[in-house]
Amino acid sequence: MTVNDISIKQIDASCRVPLLVLFGGAAFWLVVSSLLAFVASHTFHMPEKFGDCSWLTYGHVQPAADDALLYGFCIPAGLGVMLWIFARLGQVPFRSALVPVVAAHLWHLGVLVGLVGFIAGDSTGFAWLEFPRGGSALLFFAYLLLGLWALMNFSGRRESGLFPSHWFLLAALFWFPWIYSTANILLVGWPVRGVVQAVIAWWFGSNLVFLWTSLVGIGTAFYFLPKFSARPLQTYFYALFAFWTLLIFGSMRGVPAGAPVPAWLPSLCALNSLLLIGPALALAVIGWKTVAGAAGQECKGGSFCMIKFGFVAFVLSSLMLIAGACPQISRVTQFTWFGVAQTQLQLYGFFTITMFGAIYYILPRVVGIEFAFPKLIRVQHWCAMLGLVILVVSLAVGGLVQGIKLQNPDNTFAGVTNAVLPFLRVSTLGLLFLLIANLLFALNIFAMILAWKWSVARAVFAAVTAPLEKSEVKA
Amino acid sequence: MKNGFVIFLAAFAVLLVSWCAFVLAPQLQLGGAKQVAVLNSSDVYPVNRPGEAAQGLQIYRANGCAACHTEQVQQEGVACDVVLTAAGKNPAAVSNLISTLQLTGLTEQRAENVAGKITAAGGKVETHIIASGADISRGWGLRHSVAEDFLYDNPVQLGSVRVGPDLAGVGARLPDANWQLLHLYAPRAVVKNSAMPPFRYLFETKKIGDTPSPDAIKLPEGFAPPAGCEVVPTGDAKKLVAYLLSLHADVPLYDAPFTPPQISTNVPAR
Repeated sequence: MTVNDISIKQIDASCRVPLLVLFGGAAFWLVVSSLLAFVASHTFHMPEKFGDCSWLTYGHVQPAADDALLYGFCIPAGLGVMLWIFARLGQVPFRSALVPVVAAHLWHLGVLVGLVGFIAGDSTGFAWLEFPRGGSALLFFAYLLLGLWALMNFSGRRESGLFPSHWFLLAALFWFPWIYSTANILLVGWPVRGVVQAVIAWWFGSNLVFLWTSLVGIGTAFYFLPKFSARPLQTYFYALFAFWTLLIFGSMRGVPAGAPVPAWLPSLCALNSLLLIGPALALAVIGWKTVAGAAGQECKGGSFCMIKFGFVAFVLSSLMLIAGACPQISRVTQFTWFGVAQTQLQLYGFFTITMFGAIYYILPRVVGIEFAFPKLIRVQHWCAMLGLVILVVSLAVGGLVQGIKLQNPDNTFAGVTNAVLPFLRVSTLGLLFLLIANLLFALNIFAMILAWKWSVARAVFAAVTAPLEKSEVKA
Repeated sequence: MKNGFVIFLAAFAVLLVSWCAFVLAPQLQLGGAKQVAVLNSSDVYPVNRPGEAAQGLQIYRANGCAACHTEQVQQEGVACDVVLTAAGKNPAAVSNLISTLQLTGLTEQRAENVAGKITAAGGKVETHIIASGADISRGWGLRHSVAEDFLYDNPVQLGSVRVGPDLAGVGARLPDANWQLLHLYAPRAVVKNSAMPPFRYLFETKKIGDTPSPDAIKLPEGFAPPAGCEVVPTGDAKKLVAYLLSLHADVPLYDAPFTPPQISTNVPAR
């Protein structure tokens, strides 16, 4: 064992407890999210079913599923992966690791408080920001605690070089507290008047759902893709270009065409969305040149496969977003399921699957135990891909049908709805596969947590019951 | 980029620009918005929603109605119609002239031109501005939604997906409170194959006492409660309906002009 080897083991071991808390909670919320989405989707089969229960009405369950995915899974999983990458790249173990453990518990508590409050009817009424004050405050302080601790740990790094991964992850780390506090203060705490609320809510939503997830997901992929393909990132300058253009164009959009706001806002947003073609193409080139024909590991349905899939999903999701910003297309697709399909592709196809890949790689190294059901990882990957494709394609095609039919005022609205319903019903099948995939993921994560707790308990038991050494026994 | 602080500063600068453009600038432009004049009228717009309707907005928010309904009518453009109001002294000449002219679906300039010709022949005309677009043809509104429509709403519920129809003008389109209550309780009782979930939890089914409740809703066969029971809307249901009925963005404004139709506008919803 070399010196370097030991220090990597030490670094990994220092991440163990914080990452188990972050990823364990994330896996739980992921299952909750897909259960909620599956329940919400039943409205399209049997709208009569949940009429007596306010908790289960579509307007509660569907946004709750989205929030559970974004706040419950995406952000804590992203933060966990980010902390580990910082520790590995900076060659520095976690110090005072109690802080991130406390912050992670606070975060998951915040998601619980927020979701329960929201489903009980105490929503703020803004998309992606539905959690009532108590939940939002917990989330904000948990993030702040974790973020400040991460910066402190980061500034103490031994390897001082900064890699492209760092740029994306650092920007994301810093982005969230600002947009989240702005949105909560100006929409919930001391609300601004009239449609300014809507503008801020759109700005916040696009910055969080598109930009934050893109930064963290790409930062993660930029760490793993070169690692798996045993070849440096191709190339530094493409990455530099992609970073800045993504940051600039990705942060200034969100207001849809035709919104009842001053016309410069939707125009600026459409322009910036179209300009995202720059970073999207640059990233596609980076991904291709880094991975194609490399002599590194084979894909084999494991982490590498998932991160490659996530990267492709990101490019596709960006292209959908860019297409939806063209005036001729947005006239048809706005207010339809097309936008929902894009969001699902971004959050699940790109971000969640990238996180799966990263977590499957990180956890065994950090905990020092192999996964209990390694074969299920491949099954899970196929389930997730299949479910995702069914979900996104059915929603996107359904959205196009809906948009084209709505253009013609001779089609009654009820007729349009009936034409779209079959697509929505097919999407339930996609959600079912995603539910299975998420359950399999959670199974492996929970089994690992149990195995770790068992090993800790055994070690404690062994230490307590060990026979005293001779020197300690009184003669 | 080798220095963490440089990345931090540059990202800070980008976010600051974004914040100024999408938080500060809209607030400076619209944050102090006041009521505006209604075109060709001494009225101002908007006025506060009546108390029950304002409370109904909170029911709308709490039940996540905006997950399925937008409140943003879209408009593709405007067209002008020239309408003859009096034939004048020489009806035959005016009538001959009109038969050679196109009077509907004109651009503003063409309409002015046509109106000038008819006026020169002695007729009297009015120019009507008609908003056009699929949403408007569908009867969802008379003009596109504008910022003023939401001035006094908190939270503003614009919505993003049309799982159900747009509601910006639902109060003008379906002004019957009983219809709205019935639709909330059992959407399929009034709209065949409606995909809307019922909101029965906003109603109470109870035994009819000594006198039936005046509020009880009249349900058709198949939706009625068991014999001896009646369905009474709760306060929340009434507030929600009051809010829905208060949604009628139907006055012409400077930034969304149109000529209000003279005849009844109760076109059935499509």
